[in-house]
Amino acid sequence: MAYDKFQVLTSTAYPLPIENVDTDQIIPARFLKATERKGFGDNFFRDWRYDSEGNPIADFPLNDAKYSGSQILVGGKNFGSGSSREHAAWSVYDFGLRCVISSFFADIFRNNCLNVGVLPVQVSAEFAQKLFDAIAADPKTEITVDLPNQKVTLVATGESESFDINGYKKDNMLNGFDDIDYLQNIKEEVRAFAQTRPF
Amino acid sequence: MQAGCNYKNYKFMSKTLFDKVWDSHVVRNIEDGPDVFFIDRHFIHEVTSPVAFVGLKQRGIGVMYPERTFATADHNTPTWNQHLPVADPLSANQLEALADNAAEYGISHWGLGHRNNGIVHIVGPENGITLPGSTIVCGDSHTSTHGAFGAIAFGIGTSEVEMVLSTQCIMQPKPKKMRINVNGKLGFGVTPKDVALYIISKQTTSGATGFFVEYAGDVFENMTMEGRMTVCNLSIEMGARGGMIAPDEKTYEYIKGRKHTPKGADWDKAMAYWKTLKTDDDATFDVEFNYDAADIEPMITYGTNPGMGMGVTQSIPNATDLQGGVETYKKSLGYMQFNEGDNMIGKSVDYVFLGSCTNGRIEDFRAFCSIVEGRQKAENITAWLVPGSHKVVDQIKEEGLDKIIEASGFVLREPGCSACLAMNDDKIPAGKLAVSTSNRNFEGRQGPGSRTLLASPLVAAATAVTGVVTDPRTLIKETA
Repeated sequence: MAYDKFQVLTSTAYPLPIENVDTDQIIPARFLKATERKGFGDNFFRDWRYDSEGNPIADFPLNDAKYSGSQILVGGKNFGSGSSREHAAWSVYDFGLRCVISSFFADIFRNNCLNVGVLPVQVSAEFAQKLFDAIAADPKTEITVDLPNQKVTLVATGESESFDINGYKKDNMLNGFDDIDYLQNIKEEVRAFAQTRPF
Repeated sequence: MQAGCNYKNYKFMSKTLFDKVWDSHVVRNIEDGPDVFFIDRHFIHEVTSPVAFVGLKQRGIGVMYPERTFATADHNTPTWNQHLPVADPLSANQLEALADNAAEYGISHWGLGHRNNGIVHIVGPENGITLPGSTIVCGDSHTSTHGAFGAIAFGIGTSEVEMVLSTQCIMQPKPKKMRINVNGKLGFGVTPKDVALYIISKQTTSGATGFFVEYAGDVFENMTMEGRMTVCNLSIEMGARGGMIAPDEKTYEYIKGRKHTPKGADWDKAMAYWKTLKTDDDATFDVEFNYDAADIEPMITYGTNPGMGMGVTQSIPNATDLQGGVETYKKSLGYMQFNEGDNMIGKSVDYVFLGSCTNGRIEDFRAFCSIVEGRQKAENITAWLVPGSHKVVDQIKEEGLDKIIEASGFVLREPGCSACLAMNDDKIPAGKLAVSTSNRNFEGRQGPGSRTLLASPLVAAATAVTGVVTDPRTLIKETA
């Protein structure tokens, strides 16, 4: 599924300084029953955003008006562990986010994000803490994520850190391409390879 | 390789089991990018595949090798009255989409009621689809289960399901390599589930992220294929993409003669290849860990990720004794309504769940029955016993385990993922405490507000007959 290009994003950010946030929290299993990719943003962090009666929990950052409209989420270490459900990455995107920053990502979630147009930015634990501190001091703190230069910057102070992404994925994100576009172009090579497989 | 290959270069050529299987499936290596990685076998189920088929239709592309994909319904299926129409319209809609897509693209489909139906990671090996040296993916993180056969198997997202359907490939950077050696003799009452929960408790829930694990040592060599499946299944719970064990005589014995296993001359040819599937003596890993079997006791978790586990006789660690965030740890214990220093033994339990791709096989039901036989289900316990497949149900009946289950006051349900992720009606109610043989104790995993203790089928059985968390070693006698 095609997504919008990602170039340079400057935005405020939702802070979620909790470790080991698993994909069952990002989107609980009972909301995986759609057969089309739509509406997942409504149930993003459903059980942390709403109480058992369905009332919003006001002080949960994703409900907190002072962060609303942010396109970045800064999460704790080991963000996105557990289930492979891509619905978690869809819910991030559908909620209006284009970038998740963390000091450590779970593998499958990171892959899924890259496949749906959400940029996972891994920074040092120290820089992640710096972001949390800055947001705590000023909820309107702006962060710039510059993909061409692979750099994340605290706008107010100019403090920055570079981040890794392989050249292939970077090119995909910059242009809004996905892996299926690539694979469609090498089908004959795949067919020839398949002939060599014993089973 | 250049001429004049010296010993040093030879060492460089040595490969791990993982290297051998991975490297033989690389169609193309992209510079500064992932490998184009060929997939031999692909499993799909009703929850993570429908959107992939929508994608194919939107792009106007088809399925390249329908014979390499296998569909089974498991995640949201009811485990009671499966002969009736599925009551939940959303679940019914997903099941119908799976059936329709399979029919449209010529993919084999084991829907609800089909005799080969069951949990995807249980029916794959049962039907000989899972083979040594193959690559297997599924839109489910516990696909790592199939690594027990010396396959590279891991979970993928729905975009990748679409890639495999359309071109039989995904784009993957090669993970780093970890070997975990466990040697020695396992103690009485210590099962493969305990070995896995022990390793995860040492590694933490993220310790193996970025790695593919090979399990080695005499504990795994002596383990049954079902035990190996339980261990490999849980690899993802320490963050590893997958885990694998070198195939041996037990592996060949298990797969021989099954529905999709090579036959005749193809079998001989395959065997010649499979015999090469072991880590070379001088091959190296990025990281290696050694554990002693004697240190492992029956395990139980106390928190909200599978890394928060301990021996069943131990008490909950203090936050300050652990690495990692104190606040996150306290939030987790708060959710569980536990305190630092609490003992788990004797805690009153409401639900017991036996089942899932982790512990829903015949050996798990045998273990459970070895404890409940001659005893009665405790009154305060609601128990859900959910076999992993119809074949497991058949075997339970053939061995007369159903009689033991019934006589002890338990009821055998029908196959499916069930309360492991509670997408069907098998939901643990808010606040209730469950001892589960499944794989995740995340907040709300088994139903909104549910509290889960992960453990082996023996611990689950001991708890089911006493009503409180119980060390199974107190109920069974050690045999020589």
